[in-house]
Amino acid sequence: MVLASEVLDQIETHPVDVLVIGAGGAGLRAAIEAKAAGASVGLVCKSLLGKAHTVMAEGGVAAALGHVDPEDKWQTHFRDTMVGGKLLNNARMAELHAREAPDRVRELEAWGAVFDRTRDGRILQRPFGGHSHPRLAHVGDRTGLEMIRTLQDRAVAAGVDVFMECTITRLITGADGVVGAFGYWRTTGGPVVFPAKTVVLATGGIGKAYTVTSNSWEYSGDGHALAYSVGADLIDMEFVQFHPTGMVWPPGVRGLLVTEAVRGEGGILRNKDGERFMSRYLPEDRRGEYASTDEEAARWVTAQSEGRVTDARRPPELSTRDNVSRAIYTEVREGRGSPHGGVFLDISYLPPEHVRRKLPSMYDQFKELADVDITTGPMEVGPTTHYVMGGVRVDAETGASTVPGLYAAGEVAGGMHGANRLGGNSLSDLLVFGQRTGAAAAAAATSVAGWKKAPYLDPVQVRDAGRELAAPLEEGGGEDPYALQRDLQDVMQRLVGIFRVAADLQEATSELSRLKARWPAVGVRGGRTFNPGWNLVFELRNLLVVSEAITRSALQRTESRGAHSRIDHPETDQAGWGGRNSVVRRRPDGSMEVTTTALPEMSDELRLLLGGAH
Amino acid sequence: MIEVRPPAEVPARGEALPGAAIDEARASSVAKLRVFRGEPGTPSRYDEFDVPVEEGMVVLDALHWIQGNGAPDLAVRWNCKAAKCGSCGAEVNGRPSLTCKTRLSDFDLDEPITVEPMRTFPLVRDLVTDVSWNYEVNRSIEPFSPPADVPQSDWRWQQEDIERVQEFRKCIECFLCQDVCHVLRNHETERPFMGPRFLVRAAGLEMHPIDQADRRPYLKDVGGVGYCNITKCCTEVCPEHIKITDNAIIPLKERVADEFYDPIQWAWRKLRGRSDSAPDRRSLPVLQAGRQAEPSIEPTPERLARAVGEDSPVAEPMHAAAPTTSTPAAEPTPAAERTDAGKVAKAARATAGARAKRARRRPDTGDETPSEG
Repeated sequence: MVLASEVLDQIETHPVDVLVIGAGGAGLRAAIEAKAAGASVGLVCKSLLGKAHTVMAEGGVAAALGHVDPEDKWQTHFRDTMVGGKLLNNARMAELHAREAPDRVRELEAWGAVFDRTRDGRILQRPFGGHSHPRLAHVGDRTGLEMIRTLQDRAVAAGVDVFMECTITRLITGADGVVGAFGYWRTTGGPVVFPAKTVVLATGGIGKAYTVTSNSWEYSGDGHALAYSVGADLIDMEFVQFHPTGMVWPPGVRGLLVTEAVRGEGGILRNKDGERFMSRYLPEDRRGEYASTDEEAARWVTAQSEGRVTDARRPPELSTRDNVSRAIYTEVREGRGSPHGGVFLDISYLPPEHVRRKLPSMYDQFKELADVDITTGPMEVGPTTHYVMGGVRVDAETGASTVPGLYAAGEVAGGMHGANRLGGNSLSDLLVFGQRTGAAAAAAATSVAGWKKAPYLDPVQVRDAGRELAAPLEEGGGEDPYALQRDLQDVMQRLVGIFRVAADLQEATSELSRLKARWPAVGVRGGRTFNPGWNLVFELRNLLVVSEAITRSALQRTESRGAHSRIDHPETDQAGWGGRNSVVRRRPDGSMEVTTTALPEMSDELRLLLGGAH
Repeated sequence: MIEVRPPAEVPARGEALPGAAIDEARASSVAKLRVFRGEPGTPSRYDEFDVPVEEGMVVLDALHWIQGNGAPDLAVRWNCKAAKCGSCGAEVNGRPSLTCKTRLSDFDLDEPITVEPMRTFPLVRDLVTDVSWNYEVNRSIEPFSPPADVPQSDWRWQQEDIERVQEFRKCIECFLCQDVCHVLRNHETERPFMGPRFLVRAAGLEMHPIDQADRRPYLKDVGGVGYCNITKCCTEVCPEHIKITDNAIIPLKERVADEFYDPIQWAWRKLRGRSDSAPDRRSLPVLQAGRQAEPSIEPTPERLARAVGEDSPVAEPMHAAAPTTSTPAAEPTPAAERTDAGKVAKAARATAGARAKRARRRPDTGDETPSEG
């Protein structure tokens, strides 16, 4: 029997000023900023450095640089973001994002990123769904890799301490909020604590709650669940983005992302009858923004490939993601799908050289994984769980959550994208709010009284976290974590997908509570050394929390808006729901409270920018 | 502003998709995988699994199937499953490969497919190795150094000026090139060698249109660019198809040669009073020898030779600060728990033989096998 007070003497301890959890774009950018501000920074990540999900981002980073179209300003970017988010965005976040993204992109270039160029030698920008101007700075279709490598090299050169292959399972709280975190090394299984003056969550999303997803195993809602566990608010959790184009075949890669850049470069969506169906699905109030004939769309594509401004309007395939996903889903459901249950996406009418140069990794991906040459034939694509708009409720300026000492940036933070995120706005979000949050977390850490002293960690919490960690190993032949994960994914995929209805959502909540009841009995074989079954147990706990939050929030919102489509409430109810965010928080008894809050007030300047859209 | 149009005749339920799980009913055949199991300090073995094969299936799919059907603790490092992150490198039938893009249909399924960890790096467990050395090397390279006196607004370069650099920046850091490089694999040098991956990174910096740093002394004296003898094994295994040897290493060698072995440059350096010696503030770590052994004829017994009885340190974090208190030791894994006893005995016998054998040529990599000279 170990006394609680002895626990702290026996555990590996790394005190830091700022602990950043997650080393994707947001975490790296936050760590760089906090380090530059003079704080000591620990950066913890579940994988090797440089493997985080940002590496998968393909199409580009949205910033109104105005290199291709000088008309593009932060105001237009702001407006597109709000319109794309169905006005549910935190307007101040959308404003900061649009204003600061260009500087953040230029900063990457100054740190060594090598973006594709315009003819006059500047950063090239490509068009994307929902963006009214060519706006995405990019490197072929591997923009995320370029970004993460640039940030990684910068962070390491700056002297950020990186703790790789380390999972945080618990936040430790004190009288003044969050004071550190408890985790374990995935390579050895040994426990570790990080006393920290401030903690930044940058853990990404929740895609692994679904069967078909473009997300890797890492996307288990860790930050969402950690924040929830210490009483922080989560907002807008019902808004899960289903990316319209994931691979549908072969089965092993079902859900794998097919970048929107394919459509940005001119990719055409067709059903099995060869019909270019997207124009049928354009929302009436936005139809005027899209090409009305194939000829006009083709003129637009030609102009884009030559880097010219054109009066032709963009193709209907570049509608917002929520809309394209529903369209594809409907085509398939109504029997007009492709052989493997998707639709066709065709870029093969463009010169092969051009396709290979602009979409090299898509070319390789289809060639190597599906035996399809995208320069000679169409791809088969269908919707895939891609991104969660909802997340930790944060202050727009600082990324501070509703719990002192706890911050969030990137996908784990909510508010920025409203009901639907535009492509390319995620990478810029990571940079803008990573930078802001890193600066704020460092400022708060260095202003805490007695700043040289490491915070005191409650030994009881640390001991309990250690026991929780060991429990599945002691269970031996208990509940199989892989089976539990499959069952969870099945519930979410089946009942809380693209189209939702009250009866399904109610069934999902009762299914989820049954799954939750199975969790404590999960047991695993083997030891602590790089044991994936054991690792999965703690991710499952987090997935159960976020799944419940998504389902209950979806049940509460009795309207359709953006990525949230209710069959039983197909209308967008502006009067009833237009001004309200869903809020999820943990009650003291451990149950989940679901409520709403009014959207933050918008300044008159921003209101004016939105004009008729508002 | 109604945007939602539910599909006609949609059942009110969401789509039930089979997803990534393998539908055994659809499986057309069975693959036999022989998977290396073990960790330092415990006996290792090969476990065999019969995996139902679906169309388009890759080795990583098979490993996931194994985890979900009988071996939940099989250690595999992976992330994106799309050949974009470079986490899942291993040796499949002796060839360094990304398991996420190595298709089962490329093999004769009548023969077992052997999957083993990358040989060059110390073993953590099963298919996972400690690659932290690479991160240490990376840190020793002088980062991008733009000119201080040119404002960024004036930076201009053409697409064709950066295509070579962009080729190098495609690298996903899977470290397969490091794994296959015989200089690293066989510890052929007394002094550190940064390996192909980091020569590629250095080349990307050196050839950046506006980078100002001169990494030639570093490449010569610290990075050991001279140790590469252009066998091109790295190019052969690169999943991003980067022409590592031709486009990165050879030009770097030429630059270094021009700087240090050209008599005019030599005289000029003397005149300027610049030293030939390496910059002293950076140094490369030495790759731990750990369980390294000579190249094998067959991976099987050789692998055992390395893993059985030879110790290799468990992975340390990349550059974690020194712990303020000691780490509780990881619990030992009951290693042979699920191993067929006969298999272990056979493996042990094979081990002894492997130690005695000298390398010839690995059957599947043919002439690309690392060789002396």
